This record gives sequence, C-alpha cells and structure tokens, in this order.
Amino acid sequence: MNRIVKIILSDILKNKIVLVYTLILAVLSWSSFGMEDNTAKGMLTILNVILFTVPLVSILFATIYIYNSSEFIELLVSQPIKRSKIWISLFISLSLSLIISFLIGSGIPLLINAPDFNGIMMLIIGVLITAIFVSLAFFSAIFNRDKARGIGTSIVIWLFFALIFDGLILFLLFQFSDYPIEKPMIFVTSLSPIDLARIQMLLHLDASAMMGYTGALFKEYFGNGIGIAVSLLLLFIWVIIPFVLSLKKFKTKDL
Amino acid sequence: MIEIKNISKKFGKLEVLKNVSASCNSGQCIALIGPNGCGKTTLIKSILGMVIPDSGSMEFNQKSIFGDYLYREKIGYMPQIGRYPDTMTIGEIIEMVKKIRNSKDNLDEDLFRDFEIEKMLNKQMRTLSGGTTQKISAVLAFMFNPDVLILDEPTAGLDPLAAEVLKEKIIKEKGKGKLILITSHLLSELDDLISEIIFMQEGKIFFHKKVNELKEETQEDKISKAIAKILRAN
Repeated sequence: MNRIVKIILSDILKNKIVLVYTLILAVLSWSSFGMEDNTAKGMLTILNVILFTVPLVSILFATIYIYNSSEFIELLVSQPIKRSKIWISLFISLSLSLIISFLIGSGIPLLINAPDFNGIMMLIIGVLITAIFVSLAFFSAIFNRDKARGIGTSIVIWLFFALIFDGLILFLLFQFSDYPIEKPMIFVTSLSPIDLARIQMLLHLDASAMMGYTGALFKEYFGNGIGIAVSLLLLFIWVIIPFVLSLKKFKTKDL
Repeated sequence: MIEIKNISKKFGKLEVLKNVSASCNSGQCIALIGPNGCGKTTLIKSILGMVIPDSGSMEFNQKSIFGDYLYREKIGYMPQIGRYPDTMTIGEIIEMVKKIRNSKDNLDEDLFRDFEIEKMLNKQMRTLSGGTTQKISAVLAFMFNPDVLILDEPTAGLDPLAAEVLKEKIIKEKGKGKLILITSHLLSELDDLISEIIFMQEGKIFFHKKVNELKEETQEDKISKAIAKILRAN
C-alpha cells in the first residue's frame, strides 16, 4: 500500500493546485480572525469558508485528478497489484494531501486564535468534510465514463449540498410549520454532510439561539456528548458509503 | 499454462467475445490474428484481468485468475497503445514499475540497452513519439523476466531497426521456453517467429492450428498466403 501512496502523493505535491489551495485557505483564515474583533465571530466566518470552499475544492480537484490518472490506473491494473489496493491508495493519497493543506492553511490560525474545544472541533469537522467530498468525487468519477459528465456531476453534488439542500429544508420548515417536525428535521439534516457539520459547529459556538425552537431541540440532541458522537459517526459514514460503492464498481470495471 | 474456457463478454449490446475457448502452453509462440474489432485485444485484456468476462473461466497454471492478482507477476504485457502518466519522465516510469513489482534482481535489461533508453531517461512521457512510447512498453514488458509475454501489436509504430531488435528479442525469449502471445496484422513479420496460429472472427475462434499443419494443409510456405487460401475457401 505504502509504495503506491508514496508515488501518488509525490505526484499530487508536484501539482501546484494543492499549494495554491493551502495559501488561499491561509489567507482566508488569517484575515477572518484579523478582521473580527472577537474570536467567536472569526470562527463563524471560518466556518462558512470551511463549509463552502473546502467541499468545492475537494470534490473538484479529486474528480479531475481521478480522470487524469486513468492512464496510471490502467498501467497499475496490468501489474500484480490488487485492484482494491489501487483504488484505496488513490483515495488515501488524495484525502491526505487535501487534509494536510487544510491543516496547514486553516489549522494553524485556528489553533493559534482559538486553542480550545471549539477550535479542535472545527479542525475535526474540516478534516471530515474534506474526506467526505473526496469520497463523493470517487463516486461520481467511477459512475461516469465521460470526463465532462463526471465533473458536471461533481459540481451538481456540491451545489446540492451547499445550496439546494438548505433551500429544501427551509421550504419544508415553512410548509410544515404547523406540525411538530423538529424530530424529523434532525433526521433530514443528517442527509447532508454540510448541514450536519454546520449545525454541529453552530451549537458549539452558542449561535443556536438564532435557530429558535428547532435550535433548542438540536442543542438538546447534538449538544451533549452522545449527540456529538452520533453526528461525528454520521459524518464518518458519509466518508465510507460513497467510497465503498465506488470501490465495488471499480473492482468489476473494464479498463 | 493458460486455459481459457467458454469466455463471453458483452460491452453493452455488442458481443465482443462469444464462447471462446483456447489453451496455451509454455514454449509456444502463438499469433492471435483476425480482422479489426474481432475481440483480440479484449481477449488479451481479460487474461490480464483488465476486462472481466461475463461468463466462463480462465486458469493460469491451474489456478483461476478471477479474484487473483499475483499471477500477473509472471506476465509481461505490452499494450497496443501504451498510455502513461503525462507528467512523469521515462526514468520515473521505469523506477515506479520496478518498485511496484518489487524485484531488484534478475532484471532483463537487453531492450533497455538496445533501444538506448539511457539517453532519454529525463524525457517526459507526453513529449514522446508513438514509437518511443512503444519502446518503453516493450522494455517494461521484458524487464522482469516473465514466464508469459503478451504483446499487442508489438512492432506497429516502431522503426525497422527497432522492430528487428524486438523480433530478435522475442525469438531469444521463445528459445528459453516462454509462452509468447502476439497479435499482429503484419503476417509476413510473423513467419519466423510463431509456432501456432489462433484466427479470430467476430468474437469467435475460427481456427487454432500449428503453423506446420496449416502450411501442409494449404500447400503454401508463407503464413499470409496460407491464411488467404483458407479464407477464400470459406
């Protein structure tokens, strides 16, 4: 496993995109702490950066990289290596490189400005969100033979989770505001990794008051130890499922 | 050595392989010929596990290849069109495959030397001509002393000198008792190489014969003429 991961990692690092991504994250993170006078506000700004930029860059970069390494994959498949090993190595190296970028770009300013539970929580969520969207990239790349369609699918996945899903939730909330839908809402939220991460973070930043009764219920549910564990577990499942599906498909793919 | 039994494969609606069976043993040099799109490359790719057949079984040294990958250590494969990562240099590609194969000893560097790859180690793959890429594919296929060599259109795109070098190398390896599978359209080139012929047509094996039998049956001394005679007779 290590040999292939090493080869792919060194290839990704040769690619300047990851470097630029680290720089952009660093600039955004440092400036959001610099512009706001208190850390909580700075954290909220960073939260938005994490929930908007990180998924987009992760899914797009990973999708394009997978398509561009089709020759590499073809070469490896004819060599004595297990297919699953190739795919898992590709996943590990892509996630690892993007996670390292995130940790250097956003992690350092976060730990300096907010060296508490919230800061660490934010880091964990950023890491998980990166892995989730790399995993979704594998999913969309394996099920589309055509590169343009694959990248299109990835953009739609990102749009859906970053913007459309929120709109749907709002719509549901308004439509069913006369009914006690708070508990179903908790379930619906877990269908989007970005929303799951956002609520998790807002609760820690004590901004849940802005979410009214639903917020209070979320606080009751997500705020305590078990709630945190459950939501982290859900995020983790979001990493596993798309990737395992893509792995299953890759094992039987004709190259 | 390689036992193919009732292999079928469909790409969508297109039936590429229809119930193909064949058996190949060490010491043989088999030519896989047939018109374009008759399933030669698909058959080769299924031996390598790159294409997974819909039905049938395939054995390498009496062991099924489905779900196995270690048998590929014993195969050297030269693809029809070698596709390599653009940004890597020749040296990096060769180093990488060496690392993956994890074999440092017993490397066969004849072609590496004869094709004078040493001078080109720093060239990036995307700057290479088709012929040079073919040379790299050949070097990689022969480098690890495999028991089986699978060569898909090995001389297409090579200059006459390089083609001759490669041909001599194939004859040398054949002498060591290896199994060699070649696909080619240049029948005249195969004359002094091969011992058996598999002729494929529309996804089926039309015939599988020894070269001498074929020549006797048709009373011809050139493979190309013998095959033309058989095709005309049908």
